[in-house]
Amino acid sequence: MEAVATARPPVDQIWAWLGEVPDPEIPAVSVVDLGIVREVRWDETGELVVIVTPTYAGCPATELIAAEISRAIKGRGVQRLRLDTRLAPAWTTDWISERGREKLAGYGIAPPGYKVVDASAILRRRAPEAVACPRCGSQRTSLTSRFGSTPCKALYRCDDCLEPFDYFKPH
Amino acid sequence: MGRDEALFQYLLRLGDNALVLAQRLGEWTGKAPVIEEDLATANTALDLIGQARMWLTYAGEVEGKGRDEDKLAFLRDVSDFRNVLLVEQPNGNFADTIARQFYFDAWNVRALGALRGSRDARIADIAGKSVKEAVYHLERSSDWVVRLGDGTDESHAKMQAAIDDLWMYTGELFAADEVDRFMADAGMGFDPVTLHAPWLEEVERTLDDATLATPGAGHMQRGGKQGVHTEKLGYLLAEMQFLQRAYPGAQW
Repeated sequence: MEAVATARPPVDQIWAWLGEVPDPEIPAVSVVDLGIVREVRWDETGELVVIVTPTYAGCPATELIAAEISRAIKGRGVQRLRLDTRLAPAWTTDWISERGREKLAGYGIAPPGYKVVDASAILRRRAPEAVACPRCGSQRTSLTSRFGSTPCKALYRCDDCLEPFDYFKPH
Repeated sequence: MGRDEALFQYLLRLGDNALVLAQRLGEWTGKAPVIEEDLATANTALDLIGQARMWLTYAGEVEGKGRDEDKLAFLRDVSDFRNVLLVEQPNGNFADTIARQFYFDAWNVRALGALRGSRDARIADIAGKSVKEAVYHLERSSDWVVRLGDGTDESHAKMQAAIDDLWMYTGELFAADEVDRFMADAGMGFDPVTLHAPWLEEVERTLDDATLATPGAGHMQRGGKQGVHTEKLGYLLAEMQFLQRAYPGAQW
């Protein structure tokens, strides 16, 4: 136990552990897939620093995510961990990994329809995009509400298979 | 006026705008006209609560008297709140709520957009985070102004009445005082007057799409930014602060 407790697992190993921490609201994707873990490093004093960015300012999952990350790392014997929050650059759905997008679709949530690239792109208001139904693939879908069960999603309905579904909004 | 005092007041204004509007929106939870808008209203409130937390946390640090976001939100009295009068106005009917939101969103997007360039890095970071959410809020409130304005005779009449009734609370958004001028001169804030023309252009365009008339010039109420509020804010705070007042230090 002693050896484990004092070891400094390589950063790649930490990333792999974090890759298994599910998002509390959308457990199909991990916090790494969502792109909210921004940096992992050992500082000069031997403390592990993990930097996380919130998705939306008021996302109620933020504190739970920090607790889950802490548990995943400390549960593997890392004693000294510091979790920092970084606001800028602001989180964007562009940071969701390809794997994360596939998992979202498999879970029944349509992934974001376009790249935001940077904040100035989203400030230019765009026409509503065609959102493909994650169940049948139809492009004939309608927006039913700009917000869904969480701030990051909107509610849509497929006009072909008639199923309602969540859309992960480009942000 | 010293730098810290101006910055503190400025951060309270930003934080209180978001906090008070969020509290108002929260009053709809469970009884909005349709469930989709119940969700949307609550989610908009949630974004604003998140923004309020960031501003008020920073305000407490600048003040340096040990007040955190919770102490500032729950233990200040009416005259210490610095939100504009617009956001404390009651929900009324759904058109009233939408008109209030639309006027505020059209301003907020521009205010936060300007603050992205603040010389104060913390302000720039919070604004950069918040402005993306504000843009989305504006899309929704604009949509509703058009749907209700260009809807039935009844929805048109209610939307026009709401637009007219709240108009007198919009002037304050663009009126500069000592705090605004200090912050603009220091490169940390913006001159509110400069936002008026682009705001009015957007409001006129949307109201035009909605077949609604833009109100003409008239008397504008002001005072919220300096702590002189309408009587409505007291009732809002009485509800919002009850738990911490009755059970000091209670934890979730």
